[in-house]
Amino acid sequence: MLGFEALDLARFQFAFTVSFHILFPAFSIGLASYLMVLEGLWLKTGNEIYHNLYRFWVRIFAVVFGLGVVSGVVMAYQFGTNWSGFAERAGDITGVLLTYEVLTAFFMEAGFLGIMLFGEGRVSKRLHFSATCLVAIGTLISMTWILMSNSWMQTPAGYEVIDGRFEPANWLEIMFNPSFPYRIVHMGLAAFISVGFVVGGVGAYHLLRDRRDQAARKMFSMAMWAILVALPVQIIAGDMHGLNTLEHQPAKVAAMEGHWENEPDEKGMPLVLFALPSMDDGANHFELKVPYASSLILTHTLDGKIQGLKDWPRDEWPDVPLVFWSFRIMVGLGMLMLGMGVVGLFLRWRGQLYEARWFQRIALFTTPVGFIALLAGWITTEAGRQPWVVYGMLRTEDAVSTHSVASMMTTLVGFMVVYAIIFGIGIYYMLRLIKSEPMNMVPSGGPGHERQPKRPMSAADGSFEEQN
Amino acid sequence: MTIDLPVIWYLLIGFAVAMYVMMDGFSLGVGILFPFIKGDENRDVMMNTVAPVWDGNQTWMILGGAGLYGAFPLAYAVILPAMYLPLILMLLALIFRGIAFEFRFKSNRSRKWFDLAFSGGAMVATFSQGVVLGGIVNGLSVSERAYQGGTFDWFSPFALFTGLALMAGYALLGAGWLIMKTEGDLQNRFYQLARPLTLLLVASMIVISVWTPLSNGRIAERWFTFPNIAWFAPVPILVALLSWSIWNGVTHSHERRLFFKVLGLFFLGLSGLVISFFPLIIPPNITLWDAASARASQSFLIVGYVILVPIVLAYTAYSYYVFRGKVRHGEGYH
Repeated sequence: MLGFEALDLARFQFAFTVSFHILFPAFSIGLASYLMVLEGLWLKTGNEIYHNLYRFWVRIFAVVFGLGVVSGVVMAYQFGTNWSGFAERAGDITGVLLTYEVLTAFFMEAGFLGIMLFGEGRVSKRLHFSATCLVAIGTLISMTWILMSNSWMQTPAGYEVIDGRFEPANWLEIMFNPSFPYRIVHMGLAAFISVGFVVGGVGAYHLLRDRRDQAARKMFSMAMWAILVALPVQIIAGDMHGLNTLEHQPAKVAAMEGHWENEPDEKGMPLVLFALPSMDDGANHFELKVPYASSLILTHTLDGKIQGLKDWPRDEWPDVPLVFWSFRIMVGLGMLMLGMGVVGLFLRWRGQLYEARWFQRIALFTTPVGFIALLAGWITTEAGRQPWVVYGMLRTEDAVSTHSVASMMTTLVGFMVVYAIIFGIGIYYMLRLIKSEPMNMVPSGGPGHERQPKRPMSAADGSFEEQN
Repeated sequence: MTIDLPVIWYLLIGFAVAMYVMMDGFSLGVGILFPFIKGDENRDVMMNTVAPVWDGNQTWMILGGAGLYGAFPLAYAVILPAMYLPLILMLLALIFRGIAFEFRFKSNRSRKWFDLAFSGGAMVATFSQGVVLGGIVNGLSVSERAYQGGTFDWFSPFALFTGLALMAGYALLGAGWLIMKTEGDLQNRFYQLARPLTLLLVASMIVISVWTPLSNGRIAERWFTFPNIAWFAPVPILVALLSWSIWNGVTHSHERRLFFKVLGLFFLGLSGLVISFFPLIIPPNITLWDAASARASQSFLIVGYVILVPIVLAYTAYSYYVFRGKVRHGEGYH
């Protein structure tokens, strides 16, 4: 029994550190692209509002990037410390992909982040814009390698198993494994949408303070356009990703749908809207169903057959309630976010986008929904992969390092305490930056100065104790 | 013709580790020296000497770790769990140090806490690294391609001693770096610290050199049999010469030489390790060929390494060039 507990702690520790970590790269990915757009528009139009917004958001980017790096170092070592069985058996593939991520991510970071954060006035505008673009591209490249590795764990391809270890047979098949294209689109859009809601929320905050603030209007408007365009695309991408998952990981889909038994021949599968799935009973309680809807969504026909979870042995079931509910949270928030985009368009058409305070309050309130949906999506896909680390090939219990419960508990508490302190300070400082007035982004003498600490967060100037 | 890829990867990872030890070594050393220096302004200057370069320096550790994962997954999967507690302690300490860089300059009331985070983080991280090194030298219990030892196998007098020795070494590196980057009273303070630290480091190296063969028969055999002893003799002789030169050179105020001489000492220490353990990657009996990943992995990865590492090196050199020269009071932040 002790072994089980150590496995649970290892899984919880990984979930904790990776959930914390993933928010910051997602934030960086979306924000870097937004900064690229802002600087590009400024150079093209000469409109100082874009320049102001760039200066406003680049300081927040600096903090987000710094926290992402710090929490990412921990992730790079977790595979070895906590999941040595996985590292030993799959390192020939995942270790190589991770190394490429480190090389390319640091290449971009080391080469261009300094110029992006501190180069204004020291390099030409064109070179500075190139640096911004390269940082944005760098974050996307970084995401690509990590998702290749994760997708390979979900839908392994291009390998051969030799002495229980995965050896590469075809790198192209490994990198472009069956679920990778869907995952990268879904994750990339999720990052953009999450940042869209953050920008929209911050814009709403400043609109509520001062409706004439041109920068606040601009960011609010840009965010609403981004949300309106990205969400329908994301819903289509999510649907396609779901079909891909049905093809390659049908047990995960069964858990997402709360679908236990195969349907009788003539009937299609209903969509379970609400239920309390019970693993012990192998059934749902308090079910609320829409007939045929699941068949329609998943097979695009009315009577399409979906395998029920009972087709698999009991020890190959994922945690059904967790997958079922995280999936519903993601989809529910997706619909809410789509609604925000549509209402925003309607208000814009009525000429009330900057006047409707109720809508701005909702936008302020929904600032974190993108991130919550993103985390829920990751819980769905990662918990849905269980009990496998490499789907169908390597079980989680065979991948974990053999640490004692006591040492797992000690390190887990260590991470929780340190993360609470560090990210508490970081987020507190970020909130202070967000509260500063976006129209007053005068370039300060600090970061550009000779020998100014050329560090991500040092671009964010000003004491973080004094009130603004 | 077949190229012995594992040997090339052994050298490439050795290169990344050596770069890390030398570069983050002085960055951490600055933190270790914090308690010896009083005054916010002096500490600001010390921190500013490394602020522009420290995360580039730390990159090498991640490159070394990820490279080990991709090129020698067995070594990665054995060493990391075996060194679980010291490694986690190191990561947590490095988080504190990294955050202190960001926030110390932006704090007034809480500055003493960030001083503690910076200095304590550097000390704990250094000590942990030394413990990991000592623990690996002691050897790890491996069977069926997994670590079989206990949580506290690394805990030995020898490993604790290597932890302290590394603190002395990084402190001396830090002092050498700060002599280059500071001036006046502050610089004099580091000149004063250089000799005691040299004494500490050399004494530690002697103790480790005696302790290692006494507790490890295989290394004793390798060191003290002819003709090996003739090949290895230059290492201790060079160490002695360099140490004497550091001791003697302090009074001549050659600002730059001291730092590079200390780097030389570190290089000799690392080469001593390689001489003693090659071709082992996990003592006492896993060789680099046992631990290597598939040839297809190593050859695919080497392409990226060969293209990207020179670019990283070029940027690093440029960054040091941009931030060259002395750091003075009141500079570097506002």
